[in-house]
Amino acid sequence: MTNPFIPILVMAALALLMAIGGVAASAVIGPKRYNKVKVDAYECGIQPSPHAMGMGRFPIKYYLVAMTFIIFDIEVVFMYPWAVAFTELAMFGLIAMLGFLFLITVPFIYEWRRGGLDWD
Amino acid sequence: MSAVPIADFSNDTIWITIVKAVVILVFLLLSVLFAIWFERRLVARFQQRSGPNWNGPFGLLQSLADAMKLLLKEDITVKAADKVIYLIAPIISVFCAFMVFAVIPFGPEVSIFGVVTPLQMTDFPVAVLYILGITALGVYGIVLGGWASGSTYPLLGAVRSTAQIISYELAMSLALVSVFLWSGSMSTSQIVGSQENTWWAFTLLPAFVLYVISMVGETNRLPFDLPEAEGELVGGFHTEYSSMKFAWFFLAEYINMLNVSAVATTLFLGGYRAPFGIGLINDGMFDTGWWGVVWFLAKLWLIMAFFVWVRGTLLRFRYDQFMNFGWKVLIPAGLVTVVFYAVLKGLSTGPDPVLSFGGEFLTLEWRQLLLGVVGGLVVIAVLMLLFPGEDEEKPAKAGASARGGAAKVGAGRSATTSGTKRPGTDKPGRKRATEEPFDAFAGGFPVPPLPGQELPPSPRRARVTTPAAAPAASPAAGAGEDEK
Repeated sequence: MTNPFIPILVMAALALLMAIGGVAASAVIGPKRYNKVKVDAYECGIQPSPHAMGMGRFPIKYYLVAMTFIIFDIEVVFMYPWAVAFTELAMFGLIAMLGFLFLITVPFIYEWRRGGLDWD
Repeated sequence: MSAVPIADFSNDTIWITIVKAVVILVFLLLSVLFAIWFERRLVARFQQRSGPNWNGPFGLLQSLADAMKLLLKEDITVKAADKVIYLIAPIISVFCAFMVFAVIPFGPEVSIFGVVTPLQMTDFPVAVLYILGITALGVYGIVLGGWASGSTYPLLGAVRSTAQIISYELAMSLALVSVFLWSGSMSTSQIVGSQENTWWAFTLLPAFVLYVISMVGETNRLPFDLPEAEGELVGGFHTEYSSMKFAWFFLAEYINMLNVSAVATTLFLGGYRAPFGIGLINDGMFDTGWWGVVWFLAKLWLIMAFFVWVRGTLLRFRYDQFMNFGWKVLIPAGLVTVVFYAVLKGLSTGPDPVLSFGGEFLTLEWRQLLLGVVGGLVVIAVLMLLFPGEDEEKPAKAGASARGGAAKVGAGRSATTSGTKRPGTDKPGRKRATEEPFDAFAGGFPVPPLPGQELPPSPRRARVTTPAAAPAASPAAGAGEDEK
């Protein structure tokens, strides 16, 4: 096996087969008895409240977390090749990366101080 | 480039690969069945119960029976659901969970059917990046499943879970940077190879601690199991799922536990290498061949036991505490760890080693490096020092609001007490409460009365004279309130 990604494809095929097979098997084997209450949304026994438009709403705070995550995830992904090639890049890489970290840390501190990381 | 070569898969035919894939899938399914039993038994011991012990020897077949039962249950699609995504979500979840083990090394090279091959399905120079990527894809299963259910609890559970997983994934990836830095590779077999002398868990201890904390958060386990907080969200994102779809979510959760444990084993605990001492016996006999699997599984299950131990010991966090911990403690700590280990590596190795032990010590490079590093760190430290300004405001505000709240509660309390038969005893009692030590059991056992709560008359209290009893009960209530 010269291409190391072929096993990944084999694994993916088998995993997908298994995942779909399980769901299909239970759909075939399991009983099907319709019940009006059974297919309702679960809300602790009370009549389910009509769902809000567009599958419901949730606090905007989560978007903020996702956006901050993207910034930091890109930062971390930038660090990976640098970490692997640390010996080759030597001092230049280290100082450049410290500068990059510094540039990311400043907005992080700014967001922290502005209360972007606070949950209330 | 690292001195250790990447594992050699050139002998693998497609059949060997398929056999390996099937073995990994079966291993994962059996491990999950075992893990559920293992966790239930261990938690039962922590809680002084015996756990499942009826089906099969030691109850080992309990989780198999549960799995069969789930397979035979009705597959319900709720009315409000988005049918297609509702069906796809658990498949994504379990698919991503299965894929991680493809790059985990179980052992060194062995001979299977006459073919010499490493006990690992595949490996490439960015294997750990692949693991992180596929784990991140697994988040889609959770968020889509919760969203497509068209119900309130799953939606809230899903967004919580997503925010939690992405927050803790950052800390986790930051913890891994130090390992890549010191082993000079992202391939799993090379990282295991680089731990020949010492495990990274010891030399990179802060990174290991960070990884262990964030891996618990990443897998939604106690004390970070907020997406499934039963008291708040019923079951979290899988509330509306039944039958095999639910089983896949459940399976994915346990496989993810195995995944992060395997990654911790590979990256920090020396992978399939024998523990110290054992590796030296008989010219490293225990470090070759199939023995690797034994050490790998032993380390894996030790970490799984740690998971269960943590679950049996700690309480669930509150959501704001949890997010604060992730963003304000783990991520800054991860950044500091990376900078520290990078500078340490820059000083000790490289083409011009500055701190090379026994070599030349002071060069021009060294001064440049030190100036750059110290300059950067000082600026960062100065910026960090600006934080206390914010922190000082906070407690003051919190204190003010707490005082306001206490005053309000006190007002309400005095209003209720003034309606009762002893209006005069209230105020002096409250004044004295600040001086007297807090007595948790005064005025009622096992809990002191709530503010405004009137205790039912005790039959024994009739024996005490009324004027003495009244002030004795009242300060306790006041003290309880102050404590709050």
